Amino acid sequence: MNERYSRQERFQPIGKKGQAGIRDAHILIVGAGALGAANAEMLVRAGVGRLTMIDRDYVEISNLHRQHLYSESDAIAKLPKTIAAEKRLKEINSEVIVESVVMDVNGQNIEEHVSGKTIIIDAVDNLETRLIVNDAATKHNIPFIVGACVSSYGLGFPMIPGNGPCLHCLIDHLPAQSETCDTVGVIGPIVQMVAAHQVTASLKFITGKSLPPILHSMDIWKNERAEIHVGMLKNPSCSSCGTDPVFPYLSLENQTKAEVLCGRNTVQIRAGAQRIFQLEDMGKRLAELSCEEIVQNQYLLSCRYDGYRIVLFKDGRALVHGTNDLYKARAVFQRITG
Amino acid sequence: MNVRLNGKSISLPAEIDTVAELIRHYELENRIVIVEIDKNIIEKTLYAETELKEGSEIEMIHFVGGG
Repeated sequence: MNERYSRQERFQPIGKKGQAGIRDAHILIVGAGALGAANAEMLVRAGVGRLTMIDRDYVEISNLHRQHLYSESDAIAKLPKTIAAEKRLKEINSEVIVESVVMDVNGQNIEEHVSGKTIIIDAVDNLETRLIVNDAATKHNIPFIVGACVSSYGLGFPMIPGNGPCLHCLIDHLPAQSETCDTVGVIGPIVQMVAAHQVTASLKFITGKSLPPILHSMDIWKNERAEIHVGMLKNPSCSSCGTDPVFPYLSLENQTKAEVLCGRNTVQIRAGAQRIFQLEDMGKRLAELSCEEIVQNQYLLSCRYDGYRIVLFKDGRALVHGTNDLYKARAVFQRITG
Repeated sequence: MNVRLNGKSISLPAEIDTVAELIRHYELENRIVIVEIDKNIIEKTLYAETELKEGSEIEMIHFVGGG
């Protein structure tokens, strides 16, 4: 008997059979920030066979209060998150095959990483990418364990294809903006709580337990929780999971697009479908983000943020001045718009 | 009005008597919100006309981006 998992095997709903299932699982975690790190550590300790992590970012010192896999030396070396995660996870459990992918997820590159996985864990930091992964999950018939958190608030939802609504049924449009940890902050405990629910859902799925379509939320600071059975929100004509799906977020025209404006040291970003900026609300948000030199008129909003001048137009377009780097411009855009 | 919101008893200001006003009260009008009252999910198009009642059990979950 492998002593390593003996206490987990003694837990009756898992047992030796469940542990074998966990060992056979190949889990994909999209995002290696706070939720990604927390999910990865628990899953690797639980003995999953293979774990793949995708992330576009590198470790920064401001991550360390909540992203438990990373250390000061990772931040100083500016290591890509998945590389730093792989190093640490292999120290924790050398039996697990850990694969790291440094990549900015989009509708064109996600599918190759999704196929063949047992479960996909949501650890992304914005709703648009979440809907891209949702489309890939429904298309490839793979459970997508949704989780998100900011401030002291978090939510979870197990998206099981064919068993209730998909995320797109629940989120019919991208909101003009949403809170992020850059605007309202985030505390470590809510990350662990959301991730604990995600890992539990994953272990239940792997061991053959049913996961009803219940959306749940919690605020660990206010000690509040909510649960809604969202089965009735399944949309039979949903373009992601309905009878005739087209997986809109996997196609180019619905995605945020970035292009370099030649000779201007500027990147133009066009937000994905159905996104319009409400400039007044956005102005308040920019002030919260400590943007400087905020100028607003009825057509646009301009500010200076993190060394860039950014101009947001009402129609969902933005110009990021001061770079020709699409990746950097998109990252700044998403930090501002959430 | 006294209601239960997300498992907690709260007292709402008198002017808050519809789902739309409740959402505005919590500054969630620009967010994706799912609202359930006494185990029934309320359609978004009915938020303005759906009245809250004394003792309603309300579950309200809004989506956030971070992770």
